[in-house]
Amino acid sequence: MRMHPSYEMLRPGKKFPHVWCPGCGHGIVQGAIIRAVQKLGWSRDEMVMVSGIGCSSRMPVYVDFNSLHTAHGRAIAFATGVKLHNPKLHVIVITGDGDALAIGGNHFIHACRRNADLTVILMNNNIYGMTGGQYSPTTPIGKRASTAPYGTAERDFDPCALAQAAGAAFTARGVAYNALELEKLIETALTKKGFSLVEAISPCPTLYGRLNKEGSAVKMLQWQKANTINIKAAEKLPMDQVSGKIVTGIFHDVETIPYTEIYDRIIRKAQGK
Amino acid sequence: MNKDIRLLQGNEACALGALYAGCNFFGGYPITPSTEIAEDMALMLPKKGGRFIQMEDEIAGIGTILGAAAAGAKAMTATSGPGFSLMMELLGYGCMAEIPCVIVNVQRGGPSTGLPTKGAQADMMQARWGTHGDHPTIALCPSSVEESFKLTVKAFNLAEKFRMPVILLLDEFIGHMREKMEMPAPGELELYTHPQPTVSPAEYTHYGDGSSVGGPYASMGSGYRFNITGLTHDQHGFPTGRSDEIQWKMDRLKDKIEGHRAELLEVDQEFMDDAEIAVFSYGGAARSAQQAIREARASGIKAGLVRPTTIWPFPDKALEEILRKVKTMIVAEISQGQLLGEIQRLNQTHTKVVPVQRYDGEMLTPNEVLNAIVEVTK
Repeated sequence: MRMHPSYEMLRPGKKFPHVWCPGCGHGIVQGAIIRAVQKLGWSRDEMVMVSGIGCSSRMPVYVDFNSLHTAHGRAIAFATGVKLHNPKLHVIVITGDGDALAIGGNHFIHACRRNADLTVILMNNNIYGMTGGQYSPTTPIGKRASTAPYGTAERDFDPCALAQAAGAAFTARGVAYNALELEKLIETALTKKGFSLVEAISPCPTLYGRLNKEGSAVKMLQWQKANTINIKAAEKLPMDQVSGKIVTGIFHDVETIPYTEIYDRIIRKAQGK
Repeated sequence: MNKDIRLLQGNEACALGALYAGCNFFGGYPITPSTEIAEDMALMLPKKGGRFIQMEDEIAGIGTILGAAAAGAKAMTATSGPGFSLMMELLGYGCMAEIPCVIVNVQRGGPSTGLPTKGAQADMMQARWGTHGDHPTIALCPSSVEESFKLTVKAFNLAEKFRMPVILLLDEFIGHMREKMEMPAPGELELYTHPQPTVSPAEYTHYGDGSSVGGPYASMGSGYRFNITGLTHDQHGFPTGRSDEIQWKMDRLKDKIEGHRAELLEVDQEFMDDAEIAVFSYGGAARSAQQAIREARASGIKAGLVRPTTIWPFPDKALEEILRKVKTMIVAEISQGQLLGEIQRLNQTHTKVVPVQRYDGEMLTPNEVLNAIVEVTK
């Protein structure tokens, strides 16, 4: 019998089946993360996966890394402590749109500014799934949620633009439909020095999809396929042809000295070396 | 060797005590009257190869030390009332996930912004009951600059041994008071660091039998892979909904205190052998109580001091014995009766209990305590 390629990185005996609903995009993102780590040849012992609270944040339980499932919104604060104390570890933060941008928004922007050497995978499904479909900071204006029965009155965040403005070294966006592109973006982000963000657009057919009449899980993925455009193609088109589409690819990529390295210099300075 | 004698603030002594204990990570947010601790750590930690980080708020402060501690650091944060309030959720996380760390609360007047530069002892109950859910609490309360140093060392030792956050409940009076102290020589005070597991990674359970108090546990990145969660979990650290496993976990947390009271409790007693009047006080207020008792003794009044340096767990048995022995107990505190409530809870003998309280931002004076002592002798 041939094993699934992800199998060696999972905790199959212990913690499956997972909590994600049929058709959820989160499993696709998890697969992309695992393949990216496998490609880099990093060992499970040097990986730390830190998450907050929500559907996406359940991932660390399933992946056989060092795993730290923290409190709602606080994953980045914990991850900063892990990385700063032991900079040799590769620290991945798994978070969602509510976890990272609402309750954890302050930690998110300050980690960008500080340029902490973390890779944040923000799984954006435009809704609070775990609590049953309330609107999040990325629910588009006018879309329905259990707490927006007439459509939301609020505007949404663009997480990549937010991170770039706050000082992140690397920002990129992928979609669950294009798992291979997502995998490459995550691989690039993992090797990037400094704060890197990959926003992974992940469909929630059970709540967001039903409330907004977007159809089945397959239909939502097909919608992604039809409405996703890579930034390189988008740059050549007039604005009106890009509007309403999901733009994917790398938006921002600069060379920086990460926080941990600057702090190492401070230690040497304090010690008079 | 010459003695190393210094004139220090309680806050400075706390930072020096942390370094003595092997603290190598500090994360926090500035807040009066605790800020000197962060400033001292920012200066001194990198010299020792440790790391200091100023976070964006107190929630991130405690979050980052919990992360660092999970990766093996001896970690600390320091704050005051408003910041302590913000830390409550993650204090509970530290208890549930069994992560060692030290949280210093230099108490100021409250509620809300209250009195940033004036002291109080009104976070005693918050230290015990501030976070949600049943959980163990260890809180130590120094009455002098020297004790601020020594109890910080003890807080680290207990955190490592009991695998949980330990609270150092300072108050502004002690935090900002300057007095002479003799620095303990290296090796003079006992230091405890938790043992590392010796079993193979395949056999390792992060919350295995015997690891709750004094047992081995691994750090992230040490080759032992495990899961940490704030969800109620089994011995492997994986979330559970099974009532037998929930019961096991909750009893495990409860046993940290209930099974080790004698080890945790420390009550200092002065002039108590023949005392008819006991003054029960701790932290900054106990200094005034101490002075009042000396003056009372000088005028022939049989008064004594009962001063716990561990306020949580509360010294129930010691107190009950004293309540049986004395005619009157005076409870001196800088709050509206948080300490008094505990005494009343334990006063099965209906001994006369007299409160002496002050909560106007000023230090309770020796005269106020002395007046109460003299009053009960009439």
